Amino acid sequence: MRDVAVVGFAQRQMKEFDGSPTCVELLVPLFAECYEQTGWTRKDVGFWCSGSSDYLAGRSFSFVQAVDAIGVTPPVNESHVEMDLAWAMYEAWIKIQTGEVDTALVYAFGKSSAGVLRRTLALQLEPYTMTPLWPDTVSLAGLQARAGIDAVLWDETAMAEVVNRSLGDAEKNEYAVRKGGSSVEELLARPMYADPLRKHDCAPVTDGAAAIVLAAGDRARDVRDKPAWISGLAHSVDPMSMGTRDLTRSPSAAAAAAGASVGGVEVAELHAPFSHQELVLRRELGLADDVAINPSGGPLSGNPMFSAGGIRIGEAARKIWSGEATRTLGHATSGPALQQNLVCTMEGRA
Amino acid sequence: MARTLSAPVTVAFDYTRSTGPVLGRFLTGLRDGVVVGARTSSGTVVVPPPEYDPVTHEQTTDFVEVSSVGTVTSWSWVPEPVKGQPLDRPFAFALVTLDGADTPMLHAVDVDSATDMSTGMRVQVRWAADRVGAMTDIEAFVPLREDPPAAASTVGTEEATPITGVITPVSLDYVYAASPEESAFYRGLAEGRIVGQRCPACRKVYVPPRSACPSDGQPTSEEVELSHEGTVTTFCVVNVPFLGQKITPPYVSAYVLLDGADIAFLHLILDIPADEVRMGMRVKAVWKPEDEWGTTIENISHFSPTGDPDADYETYKNHL
Repeated sequence: MRDVAVVGFAQRQMKEFDGSPTCVELLVPLFAECYEQTGWTRKDVGFWCSGSSDYLAGRSFSFVQAVDAIGVTPPVNESHVEMDLAWAMYEAWIKIQTGEVDTALVYAFGKSSAGVLRRTLALQLEPYTMTPLWPDTVSLAGLQARAGIDAVLWDETAMAEVVNRSLGDAEKNEYAVRKGGSSVEELLARPMYADPLRKHDCAPVTDGAAAIVLAAGDRARDVRDKPAWISGLAHSVDPMSMGTRDLTRSPSAAAAAAGASVGGVEVAELHAPFSHQELVLRRELGLADDVAINPSGGPLSGNPMFSAGGIRIGEAARKIWSGEATRTLGHATSGPALQQNLVCTMEGRA
Repeated sequence: MARTLSAPVTVAFDYTRSTGPVLGRFLTGLRDGVVVGARTSSGTVVVPPPEYDPVTHEQTTDFVEVSSVGTVTSWSWVPEPVKGQPLDRPFAFALVTLDGADTPMLHAVDVDSATDMSTGMRVQVRWAADRVGAMTDIEAFVPLREDPPAAASTVGTEEATPITGVITPVSLDYVYAASPEESAFYRGLAEGRIVGQRCPACRKVYVPPRSACPSDGQPTSEEVELSHEGTVTTFCVVNVPFLGQKITPPYVSAYVLLDGADIAFLHLILDIPADEVRMGMRVKAVWKPEDEWGTTIENISHFSPTGDPDADYETYKNHL
């Protein structure tokens, strides 16, 4: 295996992006930040891969338009996934492993506010028995939350503790669209929304974009003193049906964690768009109590579709670059109720 | 004035899918007022039936009719239903394990408020009056009444054919925003102007404008007003009728390279027989009456020949 590191990261998150869902306007400055961090030009990037969805954009081939932000003279080596940035990064990591390229810039974007996000996401479900009912994301998460409450695996207080810590930590995050911790008591006093979920249990609808830069071996060492070396990267998926899974568990998250060897991490950025899902993930990933969870504020403070999982990896990488931690992980999820999960562990090396 | 122009857009498509034998059996059952599950190799009865056994991966064949009465195993309140959901007033989504089944199915429960819901409550199917062989043949579940539920209305012999396909209409509503550069273009059109953008690196002029030069990846910062005359670079004669066509074929769609622009844009060529349109032909924009203008490319009705001599191939060969 080639040694590959995360050496660049840039993000934008906002409540409502006043611009085209192609997001070219957001991507150009993100790429500029990546060039500045690495000292590269676009010609130093061996492979590009983006994550986005036309269902979110409300137009066809939105990812083709987004390529304008790269500039393709001379032509670029480019790909696309209709998945989160984390999976675009996975493809780029594989590409580097093949030896064909040494560097990659992956990016993702989405204007969730253009439509009704929780409804649009019903299109990722089984099309015969689920989509015709238009089960919205919040309802499916609510079924999962109640399953855990009924099984006494967690309760509303534990969920509120996740929210309170997240929104408190988010105060230090300039990109957070929801922030400001209060107290568990105050959060619990707020009204139910989608019983058993309160609004703050659900990640805010967020527009945004993000980019991650990967480099192999010496190319990574040239960029940073402390590259975030990828020590493990794995993803796995559970069945889609809500009826045949134990919703209180996420075997695919446990499998991804095993594949990425999560032991010894000091910081974990978890892509849990609903408060109780962090509790599921902590169990499945086997995280010890002293692991710092989502010091960025996590997805409950901002959850741009197609970027939010990759942002977790970027935030975890920054902890390595700064020397605040020597071993971290970023996690991304996709599908209903933690159906699909990716874990990326990173480490600093002397 | 808002920074960008936006407009509502609805993207809709009726997805037509074949069901295969397993989902077809399930949906045929729903049409006939019966819920059908399947026994897997491990002995559990699963509803809806999985197409393949989760352990042996053999196709499912052991179908089992289960009750239309069952127990709620989890639920979530839907305070603000979205379009297309089973009910247009607040309701619960629930996982319901029907009597005779071992796993729950997802559907709606029609009650007035969340206080009427509880895990473990008994519910029964409320069948739709007109059933077609779709998940929505179950209108919703309702709390179980004292008296046993009425059987679904019987099915006539004329409906005895099995369900083999479903049509799932999908319709999504958006507020679609133009980019700032596209917004300037459309606002220009509303004033009878054609506005492009120039790339600061390669100096190429794009119309309709792009947010970044696709060649250089640089923001196209400089606005350029363009001539209303140009050259046909390439064209096609439309002979095929299609849904929504506004002009009777044959007619010509062409790429017109406006004088001063570096990329041609697509428009109609009229006022000339289709078989006389040619590469290099000089054309000019024909605008609709000013009182019909909006922020739309339709302000330009079409392009019409200027009558000037054709442009030299050399002048547009790099724009094909």
